[in-house]
Amino acid sequence: MYVYDDFDEAFVRARVAQFRGQVERRIDGSLTEDEFKPLRLMNGLYLQLHAYMLRVAIPYGTLDSAKMRALADIADRWDKGYGHFTTRQNIQYNWPELRDVPDMLDALADVGMHAIQTSGNTIRNVTADHFAGAAADEVADPRPVAELLRQWSTDHAEFQFLPRKFKIAVTGAAHDRAVTKAHDIGLRVVERDGEIGYEVIVGGGLGRTPMIGKVLRDFLPQADLLPYCEAIVSVYNLLGRRDNKFKARIKITVHENGIETIRDLVETEFGTRRALFDGVDQAMLTRIEAQFAPPVWGDAGTGGYKAARAADPIFRSWCDTNLAGHRAPGHAIVSVSLKKHGATPGDATSAQMRVLADLAERYGYDELRISHEQNVILPHVRQADLVAVHAALRDADLATANIGLISDIIACPGMDYCALATARSIPVAQEIAERFDALKVEHDVGPLKIKISGCINACGHHHVGHIGILGLDRAGVENYQITLGGDGTEDAAIGTRTGPGFAADEVVAAVERLVLGYLDLRRDGGETFLDCYRRLGMAPFKALLYPARETADAA
Amino acid sequence: MSRSFTPKVVTANRLLEGDAVWQTEDDGWTPDIAYAELIDDEAVAEVRLLHAQAQSDIVVGAYLAEATGGHDGPAPVHFRETFRTRGPSNYPHGKQAGH
Repeated sequence: MYVYDDFDEAFVRARVAQFRGQVERRIDGSLTEDEFKPLRLMNGLYLQLHAYMLRVAIPYGTLDSAKMRALADIADRWDKGYGHFTTRQNIQYNWPELRDVPDMLDALADVGMHAIQTSGNTIRNVTADHFAGAAADEVADPRPVAELLRQWSTDHAEFQFLPRKFKIAVTGAAHDRAVTKAHDIGLRVVERDGEIGYEVIVGGGLGRTPMIGKVLRDFLPQADLLPYCEAIVSVYNLLGRRDNKFKARIKITVHENGIETIRDLVETEFGTRRALFDGVDQAMLTRIEAQFAPPVWGDAGTGGYKAARAADPIFRSWCDTNLAGHRAPGHAIVSVSLKKHGATPGDATSAQMRVLADLAERYGYDELRISHEQNVILPHVRQADLVAVHAALRDADLATANIGLISDIIACPGMDYCALATARSIPVAQEIAERFDALKVEHDVGPLKIKISGCINACGHHHVGHIGILGLDRAGVENYQITLGGDGTEDAAIGTRTGPGFAADEVVAAVERLVLGYLDLRRDGGETFLDCYRRLGMAPFKALLYPARETADAA
Repeated sequence: MSRSFTPKVVTANRLLEGDAVWQTEDDGWTPDIAYAELIDDEAVAEVRLLHAQAQSDIVVGAYLAEATGGHDGPAPVHFRETFRTRGPSNYPHGKQAGH
């Protein structure tokens, strides 16, 4: 794991001190709100419906036990004893008071964390595959290059006032768990003839105008990464629209100008910029890579794992859904669900955070990850320790066996917290999870991703949900549109709207009709909801959703 | 005026705590919308909003929100404003916690 050097430490401390002064001047009246607002946003502090909200970056979703414990301590000392993990691998505190925020930022700096560039028209927290460094299907760990990008983009003088926010995601595996095609820049570490490089995808994004990213370069040599990214962002900085906020993201720039024009401009700019990079970045990358060296893997023996699996159906069920293949023999990747049926997706109490920190320290080589799907990952656990890990998780109410299933729902905070929201997300997620838990069908239904956003900005990734739900305000009433067939993986696709939306008290029943109907439509138990939709198209699903309408049309 | 004016309250969030508050007739701020000043004249509403916006040492982001008069004082019209009077629906936090 990357450890701050003296420069990082001094920079982050200086920013906290600056912000402390800015908060003091705001409170004593020297700064107006108009003057203060951009300063607080630069430091991740939003004002929401009921309170301030502090958004803290978890770079590429990686934490160790010390960082996780600090997040728990901050939740207890300055918030309400919990935190909300987001789809951008951040953590949000929903109840800080203005006067306390500089102290919270100092507490973060104590463990090498910050909230810089978690808002504003800058390059945001660089996200990565949450199985990074552990996945069996990985070409290379994407985190060193994500850290290099974090250092390059943090306080980058040229990119502090972009036309709009800018999000970069990196994956090192063929199976895309980082939704790279829905990012402003998506990077895929690839290998060609023994050489490591990057596939560079540009212009993806969700929100009001969802777009799947396009390949700008299919193989970019490793040493060219920073100048090439700098060329992309600088072309966007000049060409991106500043006249219309809704057309300001790079996806619109790419769409309006065409990928060929963008490629020509980027390649020309790259020619100039490449000469300015003298190799310091690559020397830094080498130093960073050393800090991400894999742990010395412990004994590959599986201990009592297989026997426990055979003997205990609850443990077996959890293993079946929550474990993923690890690159090292005798190890597993454990996904810890923050989606207990009826709970708020992505929320963890301070006590749960401490349990996770303890487990990471005791059984997990001191590593944790936050996934964009709002769960926590113990990336390296010996199979021999899985029984103990499961027991500890169960005691902390963290052993829900539902990863990738219907109740493993992504939901943005929605109008329960967010000032931009047009409807609530959390209660819809809670009700769907509870309903399918009561029906006892989610394991039979199998892999199914439901993603819920409380407004068109799509923080809940609804466009790439197999079932997407978008909450809107229709004439002063909450209304939920459903999309089908979205996919956030390497086969990325934007979901298609089914038709008219549903009232808040109708949407759970609508989803139930869809899912139970799918069980009748699928070819066999191996055909997933998404595969079934792709085979049959919209019509049979629409008939499930709008039965009365169909009758009326036929009459 | 081409459209008829619907009654409003002036609302904002407190600078230090961030919680939702409403402007009272005596120029104060209340955490309970029932004690807010209900304004049924557009010109008065504009003046009261300007007055609120001038108090940036106390509140942030003042705006006019639709409200109805009632037996127990003003009440919100839109669901967003209703949520602001009580807090989130997933935890008993915010105003509904009764602190």
